[in-house]
Amino acid sequence: MKLYDYVLSPSCYKARLMAALAGVKLDIRPVDFHPGAEHRGPELMALNPAGSIPILEDGDLVLTESSAMLVYLAAQAAPQWLGSDTAGEAARVQQWLSFSHRLTASLGAARLHEMLLRPGNIDALQGQGTAALRELEAGLVEQHIRGQRFLALDRPTVADIACFPYVALAPDGGVSLDPYPAIRLWSRAIRGLDGFIEMPGIHRLHELKPEPVPELGET
Amino acid sequence: MTRNAMIDGWYPVSLASQLDAHGRSTALMGEPIEVRRGEDGNAKVTGGNGRALPACIRYGHVWSSLGDPQKPLFAIPEADQPGRRLVDVGVVRVRCSPLRAVENFLDIAHFPFVHTDILGAEPHTEVQNYKVEIREDEDEVWATQVRFYQPQAAKSAEGGITTEYMYRVPAPTCSILYKTCPPRPGEWDVITLFVQPLAEDLCDVWPWMALFDDETPTTDLIHFQQTIFVQDRSILENQIPGLLPLDPGMEIPTRADLTSVAYRRWLKRHGYTYGAQLVAQ
Repeated sequence: MKLYDYVLSPSCYKARLMAALAGVKLDIRPVDFHPGAEHRGPELMALNPAGSIPILEDGDLVLTESSAMLVYLAAQAAPQWLGSDTAGEAARVQQWLSFSHRLTASLGAARLHEMLLRPGNIDALQGQGTAALRELEAGLVEQHIRGQRFLALDRPTVADIACFPYVALAPDGGVSLDPYPAIRLWSRAIRGLDGFIEMPGIHRLHELKPEPVPELGET
Repeated sequence: MTRNAMIDGWYPVSLASQLDAHGRSTALMGEPIEVRRGEDGNAKVTGGNGRALPACIRYGHVWSSLGDPQKPLFAIPEADQPGRRLVDVGVVRVRCSPLRAVENFLDIAHFPFVHTDILGAEPHTEVQNYKVEIREDEDEVWATQVRFYQPQAAKSAEGGITTEYMYRVPAPTCSILYKTCPPRPGEWDVITLFVQPLAEDLCDVWPWMALFDDETPTTDLIHFQQTIFVQDRSILENQIPGLLPLDPGMEIPTRADLTSVAYRRWLKRHGYTYGAQLVAQ
C-alpha cells in the first residue's frame, strides 16, 4: 500500500496513524507539498484531479479521501476500529467522519494560513474552528455521561482518528485548546493507545514512561 | 528612543526560486514591503512609501534591508564548494520574537525532549562541555566542540552517532550550523536558519541547507528539516516572556546555555534589540 505523503499534513497523518494502530505497513512516497507544490504537478494531478494529498494506492484502488483510507485500513487489518453494527453506533461513526471535514476546512485552513502563509480569512477560519471545537467538546461530554471515553463508542474507532489530528494541532492555527477539558482528556486517551505515533506538533506522552522510584527518606 | 541598530542589517524576504514579476507582499520590522523580479532579472524590493530598498540574491534567498547596510551580506564559503546539494526548505511562520527563534536554534539541551529519537533520546541528555567565544575580528558569535549523542542526526545517518557541531551567529537573526557529515568525514554539512523579522513578536523562518549527500531525495531532506523545525514551533510560540530578555534576572542560565548567554551579550553590546526585552520585569 503506497501513501503519497507530506510529513506536516494532518490528513496524511490520519492515514499513517491508522496504519500504525492497525499494524499495516505503508510504503511512503514523500510529496514536496511545501515549498515545491508537487501535489499540483502533472503526476499527482493525474492521480487525483482534486490536487490534494494524501493519496492511497493499493493495486487498482486509488483513494483520495482520508476518511475512506481510514475505513480501508481498518477493514483490512483491524475491523474493530470500524465501530459496531447497531444502527445508532454505526451512524455515530459516520456522523463524526463527516464532521471531520469541518475541522479540516476551519482549523486546518487556519493552520495553513498561520504556518505556511496560505491565503484565507483568518478571523472567519478561527471562528468556524472554535464553533467546531465546542460541538466536539459537547459530544465528548455526552459520551462521558453515557460512560464512553471515545467519540462513538467506549473504544476508539475510525471516527476518533478522523477528528484527532486537526483538533490536536488547533494551536498551530492560533486556536487554543485550553477551554476544552473533555477534548484534552480524549486527546490524552488517543495518545496513550498502543502503537500510537506522533507527528510534528503532536508530542508523545513522556509521562507514559515508568514512574521514577522515589528515594527512601525523601519528603 | 535610540535608532534601531538592526535597521541596517540584511534580512531574507523571499525564496529566490519563487521570485516572479507578480511579486510578494511581506514586511520587515513592521514596514510593509514588496518583493518582485525586475525586468532586468534582478530582485526589486520596495518599502512602504515606495522607496527602493537594497536587494541581493544569495544562499537561495532574496535579501533586503530597510536602512543602509554598511557591510555586504555575511559570507558562507562552504555554499560555493562544488559537490554540495543546496536545499530550499521553504518558509514557516512563527508567532515569536525573531531573536527567540535564533536562540532556540542554538540550544542543544532540548534535543532529547523535543526532537525525541531524531536529534536526541533519553537517557543521553547531558550536554558536554563546549567552547563559546565572540570573535572580535569577524564580529560573530561562535560555539565549537559541541558534541551530542543522536539517534538519527541527519537523513543520511544510519543509527545513533555522536555528532559534532559548530554554531555561528553572523547577524542578529541568522545562524549557521556546521555538523558532522556522515558520508564525507572531514567536511561539515551546513544548515542555516535565516529569520525575517516581521514584527517584534512575529517572524518568517527560512531554513536552508548545503549538504554533501548524493543519495537522499530532495523531498526527504526538506521533510526532515521541516519536521525538526515544526517540532520547535509550538514550543517557540509558548515561551514566556515573548521578547528575549537581555538583562539578567528574568531567566537563570546553566552551563549548557553558554551559547545563548554569548548571543544575548553580543546583541546587547550592538544594540540589536528588536524582539528583545531590556529591563527584567
